[in-house]
Amino acid sequence: MTPPPVDEERPVECPGSTPIARALHDELYTSSLDCVHCGLCLTSCPTYRATGRETSSPRGRIYLMRGLAEGRLEDASLLEEEAFLCLGCRACETACPSGVHYGEMLEQARTIVREQATDFSAARTIERFALRRIVPRPGMLRLVVSLLALAQRTGLDRLAARLLPERTAGMLALAPTVPPEVERRCMPAFTPAVGTRRGRVALFEGCVMPELFGRVNDAARLVLSRAGWEVVVPEAQGCCGALQAHAGDRGFARGLAERNVDAFAPLLEGLDAIVVTSAGCSAALRESPGLVGDGARGVATRVRDVLEFLDETGATLELSPIPERVCYDDPCHLVHAQGIAAAPRRLLQSIPGLELVAHRQPEACCGAAGIYNLTQPEMSAQVLAPKLDALIEAAPSIVATANPGCAMQLASGLAGRGVEARVVHPIELLEAASRLAAPSA
Amino acid sequence: MSVELPSHRSPSTSAVEASAPADPGALRVAPSPAFFERLRTIVGREGLLAREGELFAYECDGLTLTPKRPLAVVLPTSTEQVAAVVRACREHDVHFVPRGAGTGLSGGAHATEGSILIECSRMNRILEVDPADRFAVVQPGVVNAELSAAIRQHGLFYAPDPSSQQACTIGGNVAENSGGPHTLKYGTTTNHVLALEVVLPDGRVQRFGNRLGETSGFDWVGAIVGSEGTLGIVTEATVRLTPIPAAIETLLAIFDDVVPACRAVGRVIRSGVVPAAMEIVDRRTIEAVEASVYAAGLPTTAGAVLIVELDGNPIGLPDEIAAIRAACEAEGCQAIEVARDEAERLRFWRARKGAFGAMGRLAPDLYVHDAVVPRVHLPAILAKVGEICDRHRLKLANVFHAGDGNLHPNICFDRRDPDELARVIAAGAEILEACVAVGGVITGEHGVGVEKRDYMHLVFDADDLEPMYRLRETFNPDGVCNPGKLIPTTRFCVEANPKARGYGEVPIG
Repeated sequence: MTPPPVDEERPVECPGSTPIARALHDELYTSSLDCVHCGLCLTSCPTYRATGRETSSPRGRIYLMRGLAEGRLEDASLLEEEAFLCLGCRACETACPSGVHYGEMLEQARTIVREQATDFSAARTIERFALRRIVPRPGMLRLVVSLLALAQRTGLDRLAARLLPERTAGMLALAPTVPPEVERRCMPAFTPAVGTRRGRVALFEGCVMPELFGRVNDAARLVLSRAGWEVVVPEAQGCCGALQAHAGDRGFARGLAERNVDAFAPLLEGLDAIVVTSAGCSAALRESPGLVGDGARGVATRVRDVLEFLDETGATLELSPIPERVCYDDPCHLVHAQGIAAAPRRLLQSIPGLELVAHRQPEACCGAAGIYNLTQPEMSAQVLAPKLDALIEAAPSIVATANPGCAMQLASGLAGRGVEARVVHPIELLEAASRLAAPSA
Repeated sequence: MSVELPSHRSPSTSAVEASAPADPGALRVAPSPAFFERLRTIVGREGLLAREGELFAYECDGLTLTPKRPLAVVLPTSTEQVAAVVRACREHDVHFVPRGAGTGLSGGAHATEGSILIECSRMNRILEVDPADRFAVVQPGVVNAELSAAIRQHGLFYAPDPSSQQACTIGGNVAENSGGPHTLKYGTTTNHVLALEVVLPDGRVQRFGNRLGETSGFDWVGAIVGSEGTLGIVTEATVRLTPIPAAIETLLAIFDDVVPACRAVGRVIRSGVVPAAMEIVDRRTIEAVEASVYAAGLPTTAGAVLIVELDGNPIGLPDEIAAIRAACEAEGCQAIEVARDEAERLRFWRARKGAFGAMGRLAPDLYVHDAVVPRVHLPAILAKVGEICDRHRLKLANVFHAGDGNLHPNICFDRRDPDELARVIAAGAEILEACVAVGGVITGEHGVGVEKRDYMHLVFDADDLEPMYRLRETFNPDGVCNPGKLIPTTRFCVEANPKARGYGEVPIG
């Protein structure tokens, strides 16, 4: 074999000359070297599957990052597009034998291209405003959700869908029906354990969860207490910052993570776990990049997804039968980011009468990916389609998934195909099954 | 061995070379904008990639040592589009290189100077499955493992199983005549291809072979399988499907060292048992794999692990297991474990097949070498390979198809270090020479590509190469299709190359 063309005049160690290249070099060049270009990630990648393009694969994106950092590639525009075309599902991490930290590199790359961006489109500005000023502020989020509820009650949303441009109308269609006010109420700060007390857990509420999936948080609270855990819900907690970090706003996300460390660190004494009902949040809270110190470490190591926690502590629940045909669909941030796949299935199977049916695409991304279904609606729909095919083929009466974004995406997708299956969080099924059997909490 | 300059950089001073028909080293004229417009008309805006970053990402496949950016990449979706692209290339005097998933390890899908890549990833439909006659008709971009997954419901699988099977494509497998761990019993790709549809380098679409797999006259399918895309572009393959064995048992024999593991392999073969696979994984590989997502509980303290898979009628397997035990115990193995269930068995294989990538943990780059020796020479050649890498101060890990005598020395390196890079290439050459010296060959399954083209002389002299040139000329007379791969650039360079007179005269080291 002839040796590769090593250019004597350009030592490859040197970073490229542009600010993006230098930032990529400083932040992620070392990580990029973990990739040996074997290609085993390709078929796990939803955007590679949809496009067949190397550049839309994890291997290709890492190659772009590396090339820019080395100065062998100058034009960063493709990385910018590809970094945001990526769903961030991290299925490639499950496939990668070399242990490349793709999710981390992706967020770093997104943050760098965002920070260095010179032109700000209207969409970017709105996105950043929403993620910084609305999502992490409970009052603002509540206002927006209340307006959405009003629109849905008056039928204004259907009118808007006809009048607005197709893309905006598509966004509205993704919005779930806002639950009644009673489900959006604040959770009690303290719930005692039912029966023998096994310990104490703190419940992490999230930002969107209380507004749109309050019943899921409440179900978690009830099941945990029925399983013998007293549940505290600290008031000082807030948004986990996952959406912001995924959008390339790691600095802002770090601030949110710090706020949560401040909220939970003082409670760690005697606390068995910080239990989370949203897979995206539990992944973010566990990883909290850039946070150091005992408090941050203590919080991160204590974080558990609610299904994982119930499974590993052995739920001592009496369950009454639920005669339903259930498909469990893995949220990417549970299965790929946290490696949790068996626990939710074991819990569901523990419910008498419940038939757990497998489908062909459980670990493939549904295309929700945070706000991806809003920013990349075409690709999102393309990624969702095979998943819907697989679900429809399995013909469940209920689809269970453990992340709010996935739940919304699957519900809207199934409804669009005229399928009546309900989409719920597995904890809701456990709550329903344990409700009759247990004395009221 | 001295390091030579890349061929596309060496000045073409020789009159002989200058008159050669398909010299990829010749400076090519950039095609006109009309050419790209034509491509866009054929494959659509979405199917043509030509931005700087896009070309950059396609500069290499699984072999990262010799990157080369293409002029453009096209992603056709049909045979007609491939044929139209090929005709456009001919009219505009542009070379073209077919590519599948880009997992090849010999650079077979690397662009060459002034060529475009024809990437078949979008031609990924399984067109027909016939469980009764046990064949499937697939497009070239169908992923190997996904074909097996799709036919499992019929109790069938597609036997060739390269370690990259979860990503690599049938088209690429056909080009490289890919093998895999189960080659020992089931053969390589060539034993499983019945018929092919090929876009010839002149743009015509030609079918070879038939669904029966019977050959009347020349075995054209046999010639095309393993031709590394130098005879045309496969746009459809009819492949043989194999019944899933009634019973499968996978054993792990744990040894202190690779040498007794190799000897045990020899004993097994002599015993008359034909395992489906016999693989050896050495300590460094085990450590890397066990640190990865493919960890399977392999003992990290072992010097080597021999994985033996037996399949077939369940009645016969206990006797075969006993024979394997006897062979391994005779070579002093520490322990033998049998996979308890299908899940554990699959974990063993995932560990084995994830080994290449897992070694990315050891160094930024990995050179996966590929050579074959007669099994009897395995112990000696492994010692020799170890000695070569030690001498060149290179980190080596071995994971290989021991049953076939197919070595895969994995050399860890950092391509940013030019000195280390030169040592990797020198060591690679010495390994090949050592293998050939004991009657081996320079590739078992990765193909020749650009990686080993200039070592073909180690096993073939000018007289041997001559029919290869003639065959290529028959299909690909002006060398426009995947130029510069597989056989030395021009027939004349064989005579010009003093090393080509026979490997016995090549000074080693």
